[in-house]
Amino acid sequence: MSHPCLVTIDSRSAPRALFSGDQLVEVDLPTGTRVVYPKPPLAGLKDVDAAIRYAINHPYNSEPLYAKLRPGMKVTIAVDDISLPLPQMKRPDIRERVLTIVLDLLADYSVDDVEIIVATSVHRRMKDYEVRHMVGDKIFNAYWPKKLYNHDAENAANMKYLGTTELGEEVELNKRACESDLVIYVNLNYVPMDGGHKSVAVGLCGYRSLRAHHNPKTMRDCHSYMDPSSSALSTSVERMGRLVNQKLNVFTIETTVNNRMFDRTLDFLAKNEDDLTAAERAAMRALMFTLKKTPQAARQAVFQRVHAPYDVTGVFAGETEAVHGHTLKKCYEQYLVPVQGQADILITGIPYISPYNVNSFLNPLLVQVMANGYLFNLYKGLPMVKKGGTMIVLHPCTDLFDNEHHAPYIEFVHRLLPETRDAMELHKKYEQKFANNPAYIEMYRFGNAYHPTHPFFMWYWGEAGRQHIGRMIVVGPDNEYIPKLLGWETARTMEEALRMAKQTAPPQPDILCLHPPPMLMCEVTERGHKPALSVPPESSRG
Amino acid sequence: MAASYFDVDGTLVSTNLVHPTLFYLLNQSTPLHSAMKLGLAVAKAPWMVLAEMRDRRLFNEMLFSAYQGVSEDRLLSLAEEAFDKVIKPRIYPAAKDFVKASLDTGQDVVLVSGALDFLMKFLADYLGATDVIANRLEIKDRYATGKLLRPVVAGPEKARLVREHARGKGHNLDDCFAYSDSYSDVPMLSVVGYPAAINPDRKLSLLAQAYHWPIIRLEAKA
Repeated sequence: MSHPCLVTIDSRSAPRALFSGDQLVEVDLPTGTRVVYPKPPLAGLKDVDAAIRYAINHPYNSEPLYAKLRPGMKVTIAVDDISLPLPQMKRPDIRERVLTIVLDLLADYSVDDVEIIVATSVHRRMKDYEVRHMVGDKIFNAYWPKKLYNHDAENAANMKYLGTTELGEEVELNKRACESDLVIYVNLNYVPMDGGHKSVAVGLCGYRSLRAHHNPKTMRDCHSYMDPSSSALSTSVERMGRLVNQKLNVFTIETTVNNRMFDRTLDFLAKNEDDLTAAERAAMRALMFTLKKTPQAARQAVFQRVHAPYDVTGVFAGETEAVHGHTLKKCYEQYLVPVQGQADILITGIPYISPYNVNSFLNPLLVQVMANGYLFNLYKGLPMVKKGGTMIVLHPCTDLFDNEHHAPYIEFVHRLLPETRDAMELHKKYEQKFANNPAYIEMYRFGNAYHPTHPFFMWYWGEAGRQHIGRMIVVGPDNEYIPKLLGWETARTMEEALRMAKQTAPPQPDILCLHPPPMLMCEVTERGHKPALSVPPESSRG
Repeated sequence: MAASYFDVDGTLVSTNLVHPTLFYLLNQSTPLHSAMKLGLAVAKAPWMVLAEMRDRRLFNEMLFSAYQGVSEDRLLSLAEEAFDKVIKPRIYPAAKDFVKASLDTGQDVVLVSGALDFLMKFLADYLGATDVIANRLEIKDRYATGKLLRPVVAGPEKARLVREHARGKGHNLDDCFAYSDSYSDVPMLSVVGYPAAINPDRKLSLLAQAYHWPIIRLEAKA
């Protein structure tokens, strides 16, 4: 018997409603197509504050946080930026709750030299209102901007070289963190590729360290970003993180949330379309109609204001690796849907949001990273689609960029991609040039732009998917130019895309449709094989 | 090898051409001279406003006519003081770091300004810029005639001068950067491979957004 979240389309099935940017599109899928739905949200913790206190007082493989404290010590708290969760969490964000308890504890132990750094790495600087949303009014008013600020990876005076791993990866981190007696990392682990050593070793590093693993070769060797055990990226970050933890006193606090992305009024978006009630069907129709009639800017504004009512499902603290093992289990418990057999054709919609366009538009390069990078990688075990198979995505691929956030992306897409899509060539020929562009560096350091190397990383992020997938077909683009730049084929309708895909697929192709959001992952095994037990029957702690 | 071409007024400093000119007018050999010069300048002001709206080059020529009769010695001996008192305090705090970032990448840094060359040389020294393209006063018998030597550095002429400079130094313009705050410098911005707007006026801001040129704000930086 298949998993309840795996639904097979039959002749009576209703059309599926998939995201195409900030629109919902109904598509008819062929009989026999398997559609993977997100698991229902896990139950949240009943008393989150108590769970935080319990976690920091009963940590994994570490003495309790209070035992690490002494009066007058220098403490740096690093915190994940708003690239996750998606959409942003309704207030209070879990980071605010953890910070509140940790700061109270530090005050109790007369630890006054405390600074909070938003671990942005080469992401854009968060704006004051975004930081306020994340840490809450009380902490914001008390610490911003002198004791609560964004990491600046391009301030050479603010970075410190820590050493080199056995494989030659250079580790350079935020100087304040390096010179602190204790570094506390407060994480929100949205997907399995977050957290662990990535928090400090990536969040507080700069380009010098990032280039060790954010390069085409490492990305090609990743067999799922979402499965650290088979990700070369994760392995490299772990090596660097271990070096960090040898040199610094790091106390990790990780948190997990469930996948309740939508309020109860929009719960139907995660449901099997055949199971919708009459009221839900009417609400779906009304939503589609409204989205269709609303201008894009207004749709974006509305979606950006909708925050998710996530429940906290776990709080884990202590030594980085011990903590992260528990975090991963909880993530997989929420997301993994067992699927037997890889597909010849994988279908999915691309929604309006990614980690890199919070409060801005999902530009063409990010559409690419969503398709080839994130959505392709939402698997554990085998890839969802066979090697050389076809992926069909829905998105308008609008040629639009946010000038403020994504300035270097524009040059990357419009100046470099017409020349080559070869990640190796882009890496060798242009990455350094972008990395040294004074205008982009200025915009990263003092504006709100992503670092000039970030568009390259976004392209490399799609590298594993590009190497694996034979064809990418996008349904419903509003132009031909962008898909062509990305190396994608175009189709006006899903029927046309399926017809095109079947030309290079075996007879009776196996078609799988991924139905996010909310977030989900597939644990794919060979046909007839039982899924591996990534998720224990009951979670060990929470 | 490439170069970065920086407009100055409004881009790296908050002054404009009028500020140092006023300094010179107020520091004539006698208070009476100063009063006369100022009076003349005020009388010309409406015409200068019209000229500014119509043609930046015409504005420059009208403004610099205020220097007529000032001795070369006086121009040069007051230059350092004019720089220290008028220009230096108004350099955007982030400007020096930004220029240094360009120099650190191995680029030449060239100041391209409608201001006067002897003042721009002090600014170039202070910022570490490698070259200056600026206006020069005509001197006859050791006194300024109030006219500018050709070419007048303004508007489209800046673009030609940048091209000429790049050719002379062997720079590939496709690899060069240019920065300005003003829509009047669009020709200069358009000849390089990497144009960017710094503290742009409204028209340049709109254009920069349309053309996806980077927009940098040095004025707002703490």
